[in-house]
Amino acid sequence: MPPRETVFQLYLRIALYGFRKHSTYRAAALAGAFTNTVFGILRAYVLIALWEARPGLGGYDVVDAVTFCFLSQAAIGPMQMFGGSLDLARRVRSGDVAIDLMRPASLQLWSLADDLGRAFYLLLVRSVPPTLIGAALFGLTAPQTVWRWPEFGASFALGLLTSFGWRYLIALSACWIDDDRGVQALSGVLMSFFSGMILPLTIFPGWLGAVAQATPWAAMVQVPVDVYLGTRGLWEALAFQGAWAAALLALGALATAGARRKVVIQGG
Amino acid sequence: MLLAWTWMRASYQYPLSAAMMTVASFVVNALDIAAIWVIFAHVERLGGFSLPEVMLLYGTAGLSFGLADLLFGNVDRLSGHIRSGSFDTVLIRPVSPFVQVAVDRFSVQRFGRVLQAAVVLALAVPQLDLTASRAWMVPVMIVCGFAIFVSVFTLGAALQFLLTDAPEVANAFTYGGNQLTQYPLSIYGGELVRGVTFVLPLAFVNWQPALFVLDRDDPLGLPHWLRFASPLAALLLGLVAAAAWRAGIRRYRSTGS
Repeated sequence: MPPRETVFQLYLRIALYGFRKHSTYRAAALAGAFTNTVFGILRAYVLIALWEARPGLGGYDVVDAVTFCFLSQAAIGPMQMFGGSLDLARRVRSGDVAIDLMRPASLQLWSLADDLGRAFYLLLVRSVPPTLIGAALFGLTAPQTVWRWPEFGASFALGLLTSFGWRYLIALSACWIDDDRGVQALSGVLMSFFSGMILPLTIFPGWLGAVAQATPWAAMVQVPVDVYLGTRGLWEALAFQGAWAAALLALGALATAGARRKVVIQGG
Repeated sequence: MLLAWTWMRASYQYPLSAAMMTVASFVVNALDIAAIWVIFAHVERLGGFSLPEVMLLYGTAGLSFGLADLLFGNVDRLSGHIRSGSFDTVLIRPVSPFVQVAVDRFSVQRFGRVLQAAVVLALAVPQLDLTASRAWMVPVMIVCGFAIFVSVFTLGAALQFLLTDAPEVANAFTYGGNQLTQYPLSIYGGELVRGVTFVLPLAFVNWQPALFVLDRDDPLGLPHWLRFASPLAALLLGLVAAAAWRAGIRRYRSTGS
């Protein structure tokens, strides 16, 4: 067992490689940023029409609603809100995961480090520019205090962990059902609708709203944006996200142990 | 047709996954309309239009887009074919490359979208008290909208000959076009609406003809005859798209791998 520091350095290096791997697809990331911006503008107009008819709906004013829209668009790239797959899913299908499982490092932490590197690159390319364009076109709510930035940062980071925890489980499900495209598609639906990507969860009526607000998907978009807007208590938000992130990562660890025994190696 | 059938059979080799994809497709579309339901739980009218009127717009846009996506949505895989070099194989086969790329990975799950839009439209029309003298426009706009979306998909594909590494740009216009036309254009800014009327004619998918069907004034005060111009817009865009596709094929250089 190598000393603790080396282990940390290993995962840091994997994260850096993840960052560099994705930075080679610059054109694709820029295209994604363009598409995110276009959709942000279209969604913003729908929300503006709704909030002009019903000011103060869900505790937001019009500017808050537009801010919500662009911050949720910003989550798409880093958190893969349409169910974007981990590379791991492809490796399970092709059988390469057998090699990953033999490495003297945790499969889950390895994937997490790689995914965080990817998320950080996409944050720079796919999240920041569309948000700035949104701010220039519509004007967005500025954080009330300087402290709001680190608070939002912490909440967004927990959102990333929750998103990874969820997608890791989806990717590993391929070990049991061989073809993960169906789960992948279903996961995309759940992630985009119950996270607040389509409409803020605060305006969902009755029981639908209550259910949606309690899901892990709410921890990915709705909660971080609420922390940014200051419409949700910070510690309550972080506790909610932390609980979901921990639960999903723990399930992921269990699933990894199960996969080690269960893995079907396709094509020898 | 045979190619499309083969891909359908292939997808059912993994029955659980195929079933889940079909379920996902239904759920996606049900949740899509749920968003509109959530909005109208809070307001009577959006951009001056009532729920049945928005459902008419949603249904016609969804039907046009869904059919175009079902038959030609896969042309956005073109950049993948170009990068991997398999487009060379496509070019030497004695079938139109456009047809081949379109049916590649043909997936029957996309039918869910068409079905859902048809249901929404069927629910909307009886609530609108349309007379036959205006309702005849509904099938016309679905056909024209279909033609316009096919042209947009084709233009997006042609663009991929230039932007091989960035196929997602096309999504902004195809899926973005679908998102745009689901709502009354009166909610969008004036410049945006003029842009989708005179530059990329998405307003003719359903907005302009729907103004005729619903007998409404144009909130932007654009000329009255535009409501009958959908076939013309579809034809013009179709010609542009066909020219762009041919230019793309001519410009194509194999990756050589």
